[in-house]
Amino acid sequence: MDGWMDGWMDGWMDGWMGGWVDGLLLTIGITSSFQMQFMLLFSRQGKLRLQKWYVPLSDKEKKKITRELVQTVLARKPKMCSFLEWRDLKIVYKRYASLYFCCAIEDQDNELITLEIIHRYVELLDKYFGSVCELDIIFNFEKAYFILDEFLLGGEAQETSKKNVLKAIEQADLLQENIDYQTRLFAGTVWTL
Amino acid sequence: MSDVVEKTLTALPSLLSLDSQPGSAKLSSTAKLGNLIRGITELTSKHEEEKLIQHELASIKEQVSSPNTTMRQMRELMVRAVYCEMLGYEASFSYIHAIKLAQQGNVLEKRVGYLAVSLFLNESHELLLLLVNTVLKDLQSTNLIEVCMALTVVCQIFPKDMIPVILPIVEEKLNHPKEIIRRKAVLALHKFYLIAPNQVQHIHNKFRKALCDKDPGVMTASLHIYLQLIQENAEAYKDLTASFVTILKQVVGGKLPMDFNYHSVPAPWLQIQLLRILSLLGKNDQRTSEVMYEVLDESLRRAEMNHNITYAILYECVKCVYTIHPKSELLEKAAKCIGNFVLSPKINLKYLGLKALTYVVQQDPKLALQHQMTIIECLDHSDVIIKRETLELLFRITNAQNVTVIVEKMLDFLRLSKDDHMTIDIVGKVAELAEKYPFKHYSTMNAVFSLGGDMMQPEIPNGFLKLLSEGFDSEEEDRKLRLFAVSSYISLLQGEPSKLPQRFLQVICWVLGEYSFLKEDLEPSVVLGLLTKLLDMKSSSSETKSWVLVAMTKLCWSEAAVSEAQQVAETYSSSFDTTLRQRAQELQHLSRDSQLHSRVLPPGGRLEPDEVVDSSLSFLDGFVSEALSAGAAPYKPLHQRQEELSRSKVLSLEPYGLSLPISTSSCSITDRQSPTLLSTSSGLSGDGTDFSHRGSSTTLRLDGVKRVWGREGYLAQKKPVEEVAQVEVPSPLRSPSQQGDANSCRSKTPTPTANPECDQEKQQLASSLFGGLSSQSSVCLISGAAKMVNIQRFRRKAKGQRSSSTTNEQRANPTVSSASAVDNLLCNNLLEADTEPINSSAKQTFQHPHSLSVANGACDAEAILTDGDPKERNQPLSSEDFVEADDSPPREDQERSKDSCLTPHLPAELSGFSHSEIIPLCSSQSLDLSACHVQTDNSVVLVVFITNTSEDANLQIQVFCVCESPVEEVRGRSVSVRQYSLTVKMPLVHFELVGMLSYSIPAGMPQAMMQFSYKLPLTSFIRPLTVSTEEYGSMWLAFSHDTKQNLTLIKEEREPLTATLNALNKKLSLHVVEIIGVEGLVACSLLQDQPCLMHCRVHAGRLAVWLRSPVPDLPDCLLYHCQRALQEP
Repeated sequence: MDGWMDGWMDGWMDGWMGGWVDGLLLTIGITSSFQMQFMLLFSRQGKLRLQKWYVPLSDKEKKKITRELVQTVLARKPKMCSFLEWRDLKIVYKRYASLYFCCAIEDQDNELITLEIIHRYVELLDKYFGSVCELDIIFNFEKAYFILDEFLLGGEAQETSKKNVLKAIEQADLLQENIDYQTRLFAGTVWTL
Repeated sequence: MSDVVEKTLTALPSLLSLDSQPGSAKLSSTAKLGNLIRGITELTSKHEEEKLIQHELASIKEQVSSPNTTMRQMRELMVRAVYCEMLGYEASFSYIHAIKLAQQGNVLEKRVGYLAVSLFLNESHELLLLLVNTVLKDLQSTNLIEVCMALTVVCQIFPKDMIPVILPIVEEKLNHPKEIIRRKAVLALHKFYLIAPNQVQHIHNKFRKALCDKDPGVMTASLHIYLQLIQENAEAYKDLTASFVTILKQVVGGKLPMDFNYHSVPAPWLQIQLLRILSLLGKNDQRTSEVMYEVLDESLRRAEMNHNITYAILYECVKCVYTIHPKSELLEKAAKCIGNFVLSPKINLKYLGLKALTYVVQQDPKLALQHQMTIIECLDHSDVIIKRETLELLFRITNAQNVTVIVEKMLDFLRLSKDDHMTIDIVGKVAELAEKYPFKHYSTMNAVFSLGGDMMQPEIPNGFLKLLSEGFDSEEEDRKLRLFAVSSYISLLQGEPSKLPQRFLQVICWVLGEYSFLKEDLEPSVVLGLLTKLLDMKSSSSETKSWVLVAMTKLCWSEAAVSEAQQVAETYSSSFDTTLRQRAQELQHLSRDSQLHSRVLPPGGRLEPDEVVDSSLSFLDGFVSEALSAGAAPYKPLHQRQEELSRSKVLSLEPYGLSLPISTSSCSITDRQSPTLLSTSSGLSGDGTDFSHRGSSTTLRLDGVKRVWGREGYLAQKKPVEEVAQVEVPSPLRSPSQQGDANSCRSKTPTPTANPECDQEKQQLASSLFGGLSSQSSVCLISGAAKMVNIQRFRRKAKGQRSSSTTNEQRANPTVSSASAVDNLLCNNLLEADTEPINSSAKQTFQHPHSLSVANGACDAEAILTDGDPKERNQPLSSEDFVEADDSPPREDQERSKDSCLTPHLPAELSGFSHSEIIPLCSSQSLDLSACHVQTDNSVVLVVFITNTSEDANLQIQVFCVCESPVEEVRGRSVSVRQYSLTVKMPLVHFELVGMLSYSIPAGMPQAMMQFSYKLPLTSFIRPLTVSTEEYGSMWLAFSHDTKQNLTLIKEEREPLTATLNALNKKLSLHVVEIIGVEGLVACSLLQDQPCLMHCRVHAGRLAVWLRSPVPDLPDCLLYHCQRALQEP
């Protein structure tokens, strides 16, 4: 047989037709994205404390991913690499006291900078709550979300200046009536930063 | 449970009870949530938790729908609903209330409402439409916090079709005095660009304004958009390079406010973003790269602090240095940096070092040599991710010498791997290597099939069987390989076949069915017996069973086999599975009728390779036209139907007064991307390499890898003598003795922990792993030669069973004769097809002895050549062409420099165009005939020079060129020039014009005849076709004639695709429309109106091209010229 119908062409053809149909889906694939896919915070017991999804997924998928990832990350030993390969994504995780922070990024992204994004987020939480502990996040998870949204927007670092992020949050908080932060009563252990 | 939490939780109930006295009317939100949380922590089982949450949700549901609930209470309820959802319980009833809260609450309530919406809903949720009005209102609010909240939610979720509604207001916010608003507006536009690029195209200049914003935060935000834009089209933003460089310089120099510092490193996120942008801009562009060398050097120098963040920047820096146009000084520094990563005791840095190394070895495989001992240690690392990355690195440096060891390492990894995704990926890679270097093909593939199981891509077994059936060059080799496969499979089946994956069993069935006759001592009935065992196995899928039955059908030619086969057929002819039933029927009938069997499945005469596949399905043309004439609707391809569908479906949601093309949002993205999307979409369906095709950065480069096996088989290697001389000194780590003796066991870099034996082992491993790397340059030479042979081999195959003498000749003199062989091939085909017209044209030639005709395009002889413009043609003859005898140079000179002396005779209107060399066609005592062709913008003009060489005799010539042509006189020693405008009726690789000239000396004497022929290639008629990518996309779909082929890539270190396309552009004047990653779009047309499009893709070190055109044969003919153009040095 001559070379016209070499095997790889078949797949190529499929791809071709597919390309016209699922344009949007593929736009994400064609240019390498440096966007974070999602961020999860969970406890050592595997309880989810915060979840932020930057890519549209169904609830079922989200649950499945969360379950799988929590399991995988909790099984890792402390001295192991903070990066994981999971499906076609890279998982970057770090443990602070009893809480795991876990981000999913694309393969071509920079794992180290993601690790520092996590750290900066913890720093922000720490500054906002005084010295933050897991309970702060459990009882004031909406605040944790507000801070996250001020720091990362749509999966990209929005504002990296600590001062500016907190200023934005505090401005909104000033409007808050006399709601005091009861949570300060539960003075847990300081984060090991 | 952690001690901390435990301690706190024991204190929890008492603390919480402070707030949660029963009956207290005003419970703070924290308290109620606290109650819930406390309740959950007290529970002991999952079941109890479920009960509690369901109860909680019921109470929330009741309260949210009550009219008496205040917005304040609603806020608290929403927080609890979000918490329940986080625990994994659905609270969809609250979604609408979240929207309501965002709409009606005060600022604080809104904040929670928006948060709940962004957590509950995703982009495609229909309730989101209800949010649009709220967002619109808040965007116009005078309260800055409301504006901020609205922009934040827009950046996270917003319905795509509704973008035009808020776009003008968001745009306006770019001029807002507050930087936080400007920043969020920029990010919102970035989001819009990602989901609907066409709608923000008109505000590109505003992005520039954002880039120049005085606030660093706004500027940083705008870089997200620029990174995206530059990824898609770097060319358009080259002018910004200097600005990006200046920004980076300022950042690195610490000019930003202190609070952008992170661990005393200035704005690391900004630096990384800029480095990414610079690497995209400097890729393949020396001039742009030169602008950034200085700042890159500075970045490398400044990042010295030992902190993760500096390493993150360094990593990006190294990638940038290796992506842009190389500068040796920088490369050296970057390589040193990688060393710091790889040698770091910190595991995260080591991982990133390996990743960086994987990236850079694609440019320079020798870099791996410096770190060989580290790499070997990482190969045995306890952390899988490190091992995995090391294998990835090894995969990229595979060559013929180390492939065996690397494949073995990969298989070791597979044996331990539990992760499906990794298994599939590695299996694909092993299969790819096995195909490329099939020294140990069989044992490797057996391992691949048994380890890969049923997860692997179906292309792997298919490709393997194809390779096996098509065979290689030597019959003997084929036989041996097939025999080996048969024997190994027989022994596998005799073992424990139930442990083998289904895919592997199917491969075994096929091979046994096809080739077990090769093993002479093997009775078909024995094979049949083994196959029957497979049928009886519980684990066999019905797909496998039908493979078994097909194999049996092929095998039942001996008597003993027949009876066994019939038994089986009996059993399965009543199967519920229709496929199985059909196979059983086939088996039954064919086993009964041995004559029919030998006709359908001749023993030994396997797979006829002469099958011709009509990919254009032209045999259906009659059927189609019949159906069309009977009133059937013309066929629309799938995408067209979908496009129309989506167009008709799109609601007109445009607000009044806006004139943005909203309907394009759903279909325009497809248009914009056009055929370039194919590689990503082919993803898993392609073979193993497709994993790496997603971004150009991860593409496997095989430039330096020796290619010994092609799809056509083993490529005989003639090792150039230079190889010995070109072995380079690899690295300081390798001692000379090691180079001399690859198996030297002396330890050169002892690791403190390893004992001597272990060390020796590692050294040995090192020498086997990094074997071929040092002589990379010479390997390139071999692969170049190998590819040449490869192409010829293909050609030979394409020719089928044509005379072998041509082949020999072709081999001896590839540049000349291979071309003619192909010519013959194409001409012969045509001649065979159109015998009739040739005769007619022959007749014509006799009737009009002076006419020009096209020899090989015979069917349209008179039409192919039309007389350009007889009048104009004749005019210059009278004025210019009668040159005084004295002006003409002597005849000897004329022989030598015909070109130069005839050039002045070129008609003035053609002098502006380039003309081919003027070649003598024929001559007689008194007459010389020369010709050249001139390529004008829209035609090709053949210019014939008729020179009267006789001293004094006047010459009377008459030329008929289809139409009448007057008799002319050419005086002694003068030149007459004729022009013929050529058009193409039917594309051919080369056109040969045959003409006759009749003349009489002196005028009035009996006529003499002269025959001449002139050959010109198709390329003379090819003109670049300038189209946009969108136009290309729609044209592509409209064209029906196509052809595909793999071509040689031009050897070039960095960008083989660009180099190759540029070569095509230069040699064949094809227009390069766009290059996107590993794909390129090229367009041209045959003269003015017959376009031909070419789509190129780099695949496994070759250029896969696909040509399409509305003109039959044009793709094939053009492909030939592309092939030639790339073969030439």
